[in-house]
Amino acid sequence: MSDILLRTGSLTFAYPERASGLFRRPVLREVVKRVDLAVPKGSVLGLVGESGSGKTTLGRLLVRLLRPTSGGIQFDGVEIGGLSEAELRPLRSRIQMIFQDPQSSLNPRLRLGVTLTRPLQVFGRLKGRRDRRDRAASLLDLVGLPTHFVDRYPHELSGGQRQRAGIARALALEPDFIVADEIVSGLDVSTQAHILLLIKELRQRLGVTMVFISHDLSVIRVLCDDVAILQHGEIVEAGPVARIFEHPQHAYTRNLLSSIPLPDVEPGWLDPARDVSIPRNQGSAA
Amino acid sequence: MVDTAVSVPMQQPSRWAIGFRRGGARLWVGGAIVAALILVALLAPWIAPHDPIEQDLLSGQLPPAWMQGGDTAYLLGTDSLGRDVLSRLIYAARVAVVVGFVAALLAGAIGITLGLIAGSFGGWIDQATSRLIDVWMAFPPILLSIVLAAVIGAGLTSVILAIVVVDWTRFARIIRAETAVQLQRDYAMAARVIGLNRGQTLRLEILPNLVPLVVTLLAVEMGVAILVEVILSFVGISVAGDTPTWGGMIAEGRQIIYQSPWVMAFAIGCVIVSVVGFNLLGDGLRTALDPVQRR
Amino acid sequence: MTAVLSIQDLHVTIGRGARAANVLRGVSLEVQPGEVRGLVGESGAGKSMLGRAVLGLLPADARIGKGGIAFAGRDFLTLPERERRDLLGRQIALIPQDPMTSLNPVKRVGDQIARVLQRHLALSRRQALQRATELLAEVAIRDPQRVLDLYPYEISGGMRQRVLIAMAFGCDPSLIIADEPTTALDVTVQRQVLQLIERLRERRGAAILFVTHDLGVVAKICRTMTVMHAGRVLEDGETADVLTRPRHPYTRALLAATPRADRPADALRPVPPALIESLWSEAHRLDRLSIVGGT
Repeated sequence: MSDILLRTGSLTFAYPERASGLFRRPVLREVVKRVDLAVPKGSVLGLVGESGSGKTTLGRLLVRLLRPTSGGIQFDGVEIGGLSEAELRPLRSRIQMIFQDPQSSLNPRLRLGVTLTRPLQVFGRLKGRRDRRDRAASLLDLVGLPTHFVDRYPHELSGGQRQRAGIARALALEPDFIVADEIVSGLDVSTQAHILLLIKELRQRLGVTMVFISHDLSVIRVLCDDVAILQHGEIVEAGPVARIFEHPQHAYTRNLLSSIPLPDVEPGWLDPARDVSIPRNQGSAA
Repeated sequence: MVDTAVSVPMQQPSRWAIGFRRGGARLWVGGAIVAALILVALLAPWIAPHDPIEQDLLSGQLPPAWMQGGDTAYLLGTDSLGRDVLSRLIYAARVAVVVGFVAALLAGAIGITLGLIAGSFGGWIDQATSRLIDVWMAFPPILLSIVLAAVIGAGLTSVILAIVVVDWTRFARIIRAETAVQLQRDYAMAARVIGLNRGQTLRLEILPNLVPLVVTLLAVEMGVAILVEVILSFVGISVAGDTPTWGGMIAEGRQIIYQSPWVMAFAIGCVIVSVVGFNLLGDGLRTALDPVQRR
Repeated sequence: MTAVLSIQDLHVTIGRGARAANVLRGVSLEVQPGEVRGLVGESGAGKSMLGRAVLGLLPADARIGKGGIAFAGRDFLTLPERERRDLLGRQIALIPQDPMTSLNPVKRVGDQIARVLQRHLALSRRQALQRATELLAEVAIRDPQRVLDLYPYEISGGMRQRVLIAMAFGCDPSLIIADEPTTALDVTVQRQVLQLIERLRERRGAAILFVTHDLGVVAKICRTMTVMHAGRVLEDGETADVLTRPRHPYTRALLAATPRADRPADALRPVPPALIESLWSEAHRLDRLSIVGGT
């Protein structure tokens, strides 16, 4: 179908578990196993998994920070799984990533103005120093940060502000596709809510396609159209958010959903004998 | 939660001003000492009261002017050959400055380059470089210096080479490790995602993060270089002949330590002050130049 | 019935002079025997500080101004150091947030548990190890004998947290401070750990002050809850009441800003910045009042 922006076929990633000896075949550890995804243009796919599920590795595969061991990734019809760094370069302006920890994903010793416009610099889209300042200012504005932050260093910002800066950098090249890796984990509820709404707004305004990685199903519900559940590197269930959340089929999905502590008092939730396979009552109660 | 960072534009003094204020006493004191050292070295012919190699055997082993028996013509006294201690100290500063700066910068240039290459390429290049460093560091430094002196003869070149040949490994090891660490950080990965190639990543993203480390290493190395010269003087392979060096003065002064301790004492004092000066300057400069530290 | 923990109008300041920050502004709360009280707030609200104050683990430059802490009716702050230390660990225990950094990485799990038991229960080493095995079985660790001999890095995060829980309950304390014990855990593991804590609490009758930022966790395990912001208590009461009929606008705003897996996307509403600003103004106004009134 021509409106699928990103598709993966049997995507697998494995690495040798031990440094192989001269005569021993390396033992391969599969972190991502035969993953099939199809992300329609303009939609947001949620990738859910707990630790060890392989979701971060999958995210890195999708932006080609890693090379797949086997299987394919098609971006806008083009097979990118086997491309070299040089061949990937032109495509990089269309595929971007927002990292989990903005503290470490923003260069601590460069000012925000430089960091945000670096992508533009790489692709030769800057027309001089004045242009750089203007572009940086408009990017900051886009994510709701004051424009005088161009001269600030990351450590002079709060956690929420840093995360916004990370989002701004990902948007600098106006990419078609963004992978967001746990971008609201570790944020306060109020900061998290602001960021989530920012993403929603940006998505509507810019029409960007996204893969949103999170361990928090509640967050996925807010943002995503479809969701895929990852366990031990495999997708155990996938589909539209409403269907998965209201009628989960796989036992693991059901377990995940019922393990989420909703802010409602629920006597018996702590009782280990309680049946975890019954999905909760749904409904948009006030 | 309230954003703890201030969201209104602060009328900030320029970052340089903040940096230099933050660098604090260390920067100023260290800077002053090093500046004084350089000045003394440059202006030696004009500020030294006497010719440093002129001997006056009749005025041998005079104590400093303020002690009994001293002579105001020889403010810090004389050594066993009647040479003015103050003038010799001043001229020796020239050797110290040259040795300190040249040796440190050369060792740094070699070591940092190799460290960057090893740290960023990884794989067999890293393995080969690391093994080379390991082997190199296994040689006893003094022995290496003596061999060098035997081959090219004693002298300033020999001293500088002796230091460079041994100490480049220190730079290489540390820079290699730090480069490898920085390349693992998320911002280096982010750099790849936005299309920077390896060289660009190193130059534009990693290097600014290495600056504090490099400044510290260089400053420490300058102090080390001066100390190595002192050691080599003891072994007799420092600068030859009459050219005064602090190390040479310490070695000579040791012979007459009971009769005229001031010769050795003043020379040691100069060494200590210089090394402290370099360390303070390095410390202060690092804080002043590092945006993360100067809040 | 005397409250196990009674905090009265506690004021804590960190730092001196111009840099002084009020981290606790007149906090009062009580925990009855066997009660599980949730202490909720975002980062910077002061909830961790409160826990630390009870445990006597405030930073060195923290000053307790007005107010007091009473444990089972005894004034805690004026107790001599020795008695306070005896109380901690035996009557008051901690389940810390990060299992990896809370366990000594170079000591075996069994040794660490046994040490606590020996110190507070005056057991012999053999008795302590025996008890440790029983404790590990109680926290649903299979093959406890084997785990006793392992190092912390050899067991999973969930297991490490169970070990810490075992250590906390091990001396049968009357009060446990649980400082975000499940924040770092996967959601399925979190559920198991919460079930475990509840089971142990029921069996041994300990009261728990459960510090967390997660309203969902509070709803499931805490009978009562206290909401904090900027070092102040804004609301407290029975959890069921507070969550269904919140009185303070901040509590309401927090609930509205919490994403829910059972509600559609547009139900999410961010906390209005104006509300936060007004809360901070209120806090600062109280600061000024207390200075004027004399502390």
